[in-house]
Amino acid sequence: MQEQPLDAFLAAHPFFKELDQAYLHLLAGCASNVVFQPGQYLFREGDQANRFFAIRQGKVALEIAVPGRVAITIETLDDGDVLGWSWIVPPHTKQFDARAVELTRALAFDATCLRGKCEHDPKLGFELMKRFTQLLGQRLQATRLQLLDVYTSSA
Amino acid sequence: MSTQVAPNPTIATREDPMVPRVFKVQSVRRETADTSTLALQPVPPARHVSGRAARVGPGPSDGAASCAFSPGQFNMVYVFGVGEIPISISGSPRQPQHFIHTTRVVGAVTKALCGLKRGAAVGVRGPFGSAWPLREAEGHDVVIVAGGIGLAPLRPAVLELMAHRDRYGRIALLYGTRSPEDMLFRKELERWRGRFDLEVHVTVDRATAEWRGHVGVVTALFHRATFDPSNTMAMMCGPEVMMRFSARELIKRGATVDRIFASMERNMKCAIGTCGHCQFGPMFICKNGPVLPYSALHSWIEWREI
Ligand SMILES: Cc1cc2nc3c(=O)[nH]c(=O)nc-3n(C[C@H](O)[C@H](O)[C@H](O)COP(=O)(O)OP(=O)(O)OC[C@H]3O[C@@H](n4cnc5c(N)ncnc54)[C@H](O)[C@@H]3O)c2cc1C
Ligand code: FES
Repeated sequence: MQEQPLDAFLAAHPFFKELDQAYLHLLAGCASNVVFQPGQYLFREGDQANRFFAIRQGKVALEIAVPGRVAITIETLDDGDVLGWSWIVPPHTKQFDARAVELTRALAFDATCLRGKCEHDPKLGFELMKRFTQLLGQRLQATRLQLLDVYTSSA
Repeated sequence: MSTQVAPNPTIATREDPMVPRVFKVQSVRRETADTSTLALQPVPPARHVSGRAARVGPGPSDGAASCAFSPGQFNMVYVFGVGEIPISISGSPRQPQHFIHTTRVVGAVTKALCGLKRGAAVGVRGPFGSAWPLREAEGHDVVIVAGGIGLAPLRPAVLELMAHRDRYGRIALLYGTRSPEDMLFRKELERWRGRFDLEVHVTVDRATAEWRGHVGVVTALFHRATFDPSNTMAMMCGPEVMMRFSARELIKRGATVDRIFASMERNMKCAIGTCGHCQFGPMFICKNGPVLPYSALHSWIEWREI
């Protein structure tokens, strides 16, 4: 009952586009629905990366905590975004804090379950690795653009 | 009303485009801590009455006709005794009784301009330059990408798009600014956001605790907007680095370089293509621009030394 809508959700999701039906089914099997209240952390920097998330509804801030100062938000993510790449890249440690800005519903994917399946099936591993390195690239770019302070010069 | 690039009649009929006309500051509105919007009204030329110079009231052709412009064009605004700078026109072309300019303080002239009070006199030459391709955009989706003060030169384009809403497909405005306090035209953005026929996405670099919107640079907004990149006319204005990354993102999504337009900025002196101050590769921004297709810009904008 539960799996069918999850399969359909994943099939329609741009991040999982063109992934084999069997893999979508497998991913759905490692996923569960989760809800976060505003202000609640999905994960914190330094945590073991044992989950990643596909946001269904809501808004999550990716932050870097700065001692003695307000946390710096690198990016906010919402409906349709995927959150968390460190589950696939050793040492599997979270690099940012992720805080729900508003009530957020997401699919949480179990990393241990998926890592095992990737080791077992290199094609699946490579497919996911390609997608998550892209995500990693996007985060790097977002951080880089934040550092550039792109709006400083006058227009 | 035509919004196409056309030789400006006010320039063609004036004897000397280097001589400024005198305008009066009609109103000043503070937008943010460092940005102000000024309405400038033409001062009617002095006439000599029995040997004495005297001002006469505006006649039927005074004022109104002389502030006609096309969205995207700019004026050279001269703060007497301080200096002259290019500033885009941020008002509606449907209100040609005055020029509206939105200026951010960065140095001496912009500081003096933003410090002017109602009634002060300034010199204005213009309007100069090319315009946003509003006519060519008809039948297409339109994506407006603004960064920081770059929303000011795009505002007339948004107003025109809205005035002829049925001529265009989907319209999205993506606006990125440093912080919520730096946001321009806040009330107007709220009004635009309330419309069903205009998608407005705003993002900030640095959020305050109260900010409930997006955080991240403007490129992160593309995937949130609904438009068909292959049938989209994009208009961008903001710092060059922001436009470079935005253009890359649009191209990655399938937009074509000849349908991406950017308003370029270079320091200017003459604004009529004679001094060479605003040269950008083979172009003079004052004469060929400031609005240019990305097809003409991209090989130069990616060149570090230019
Ligand atoms: C076609 C065009 C349209 C413009 N429209 C607007 C507008 O609508 N609103 C607005 O606030 N500004 C606009 N500008 C920019 C404005 O002209 C400059 O901010 C102004 O010339 C700076 O003068 P200043 O004496 O205050 O500062 P300066 O003392 O000359 O400079 C102060 C700092 O600003 C930098 N700077 C100066 N000019 C520019 C520029 N053109 N681009 C990037 N950095 C610059 C300088 O390098 C310096 O770091 C426009 C520029 C052009 C070419
Ligand atoms: S400003 Fe003189 S050529 Fe452009």
